[in-house]
Amino acid sequence: MDSKEIGCGSCGADLLGEIERLRAEKEELESRIHLLEAQIKPGGAAEKDRSGNCSLSSLSCPQMNGATLSGLSPKMIHRYSRHLLLPDFGVEGQLKLSKSSILVVGAGGLGSPVAMYLASCGVGCLGIVDSDIVELNNLHRQIIHTEAYVGQSKVKSAASSCHAINSSVKLVEHREALQAVNALDIVSKYDIVVDATDNLPSRYMISDCCVLLDKPLVSGAALGMEGQLTVYNYNGGPCYRCLFPTPPPSTACQRCSDSGVLGVVPGVIGCLQALEAIKVASAVGEPLSGRMLLFDALSSRTRTVKIRGRSPLCPICGENAAFTRENFQSFDYENFTQSPMSDRSSEKLNLIPESSRITAIPKSMNIPLSNLEDKLSTIDSALKQAAQDSGKCASLFVVCRRGNDSQRAVDYLSKNGFPLAKDIVGGLQSWSQDVDHTFPSY
Amino acid sequence: MTEEPKDTCDVIGSQKTNPSQDKDLAPYIKIKVLFFARARDLTGSTEICLEMPDGSTARDCMSKLLIEFPNLQEIYNSMVLALNEEYAPESTILKDKDELAIIPPISGG
Ligand SMILES: [Zn+2]
Repeated sequence: MDSKEIGCGSCGADLLGEIERLRAEKEELESRIHLLEAQIKPGGAAEKDRSGNCSLSSLSCPQMNGATLSGLSPKMIHRYSRHLLLPDFGVEGQLKLSKSSILVVGAGGLGSPVAMYLASCGVGCLGIVDSDIVELNNLHRQIIHTEAYVGQSKVKSAASSCHAINSSVKLVEHREALQAVNALDIVSKYDIVVDATDNLPSRYMISDCCVLLDKPLVSGAALGMEGQLTVYNYNGGPCYRCLFPTPPPSTACQRCSDSGVLGVVPGVIGCLQALEAIKVASAVGEPLSGRMLLFDALSSRTRTVKIRGRSPLCPICGENAAFTRENFQSFDYENFTQSPMSDRSSEKLNLIPESSRITAIPKSMNIPLSNLEDKLSTIDSALKQAAQDSGKCASLFVVCRRGNDSQRAVDYLSKNGFPLAKDIVGGLQSWSQDVDHTFPSY
Repeated sequence: MTEEPKDTCDVIGSQKTNPSQDKDLAPYIKIKVLFFARARDLTGSTEICLEMPDGSTARDCMSKLLIEFPNLQEIYNSMVLALNEEYAPESTILKDKDELAIIPPISGG
């Protein structure tokens, strides 16, 4: 107790000193702000124009964020003062940012930090497009969403978070999936596009759309412990198809919902995407065009690799490219990549985790589909053992996570000596919903 | 993790057919190969060393990798190949201690 009182005495002196210092710092800042204000407001009397300037924009997405015609409002100067003090960014950077409109495609692990930073830094207009619903198993990485929004639209949740952070940013909610049929309409309203999606067909589609509409594309991706980042279609730089003219097989491009991802990894990449978007919007620095940043969380290493320039042979952005808006709208991206846009129908033979140690039904054997061939004798002896124990003929049921692999397994088993094998329709997800509510779904 | 010295990473490329002691007769170069994303799953490694005959190209190096790791075929047609952190056509001639990175795209988020 004694020490506490003594501590408080000296603490008081410390606090007074700190207050003194902060006051001095505040005065210093205020005088610098006044100087800056004087520079950007000829006549110094533009304050009254503060609001209502959004309507000056002819676009449906207003590109002003409380900025006056000639500069920043006093409120903005206060809010973004730390930006304004940056020699490399300053008033000019903030003004450009406040007049820019940015579309974030995907409000998931990547899109969360992107949208939050773009809102907080004061872009003029922020559009968010996604058709998904917030799920509990999103929250470990999709930090823009809170438990209260589980079951609700991701876009609604993201927009509400962004509004809470910065109510002066114009938010546009696109509660739909970005697809070839609506992408031209939506993307054309923005200056910059951020690809924060989680699937291959969307990546090709967004890149093609950005080439057609001549929009810079800040593209990020994350899976497992790794991330990648590139700015495409910027200042004559390459597009996604210049780099990857042939889509990889779907097995090579897995999803977080199948392979897992450490939550903070898309967070890191999303922050870098926000940074690149801010750089492009404010025309500050050197955007990551013609280069790819590789992030390896396990070894804490980042590398930046120079990638090829625009390919003259690229079917979309190359010299003789004849890809029209009509071609785009009728292009089947899911067929092109052999991979679905929606995560919810993403089940593919090789996408299931090889061996699930996550959950198991009691009295079951866990066999990855790829090993089934080698395990026929094990199944056979297990059935015989079960028959011996119960004195009845044992039945064989097959279950997988969502019910597709088990169909294939039953098909295989019935042709290989187990004609009575039966499939549990709907997989472990249905088991958890319909049979055992305490059984975890993933 | 500390940076692994270049000459101590796993050497792939059998010592019997490419004996290093024959260096005087047929000079060999050592190439460090870095794998990213799916290439890590397919090879089970993040990096390996390859011994290649002097004058080999990036394409020769890929051919050798495809023999060592036939699974790599899966991503061979859609990956970024970077030599010493720069884009390089497959016809580029490799030098001793070059670093070849195999980078398939990631699509998750
Ligand atoms: Zn291109």
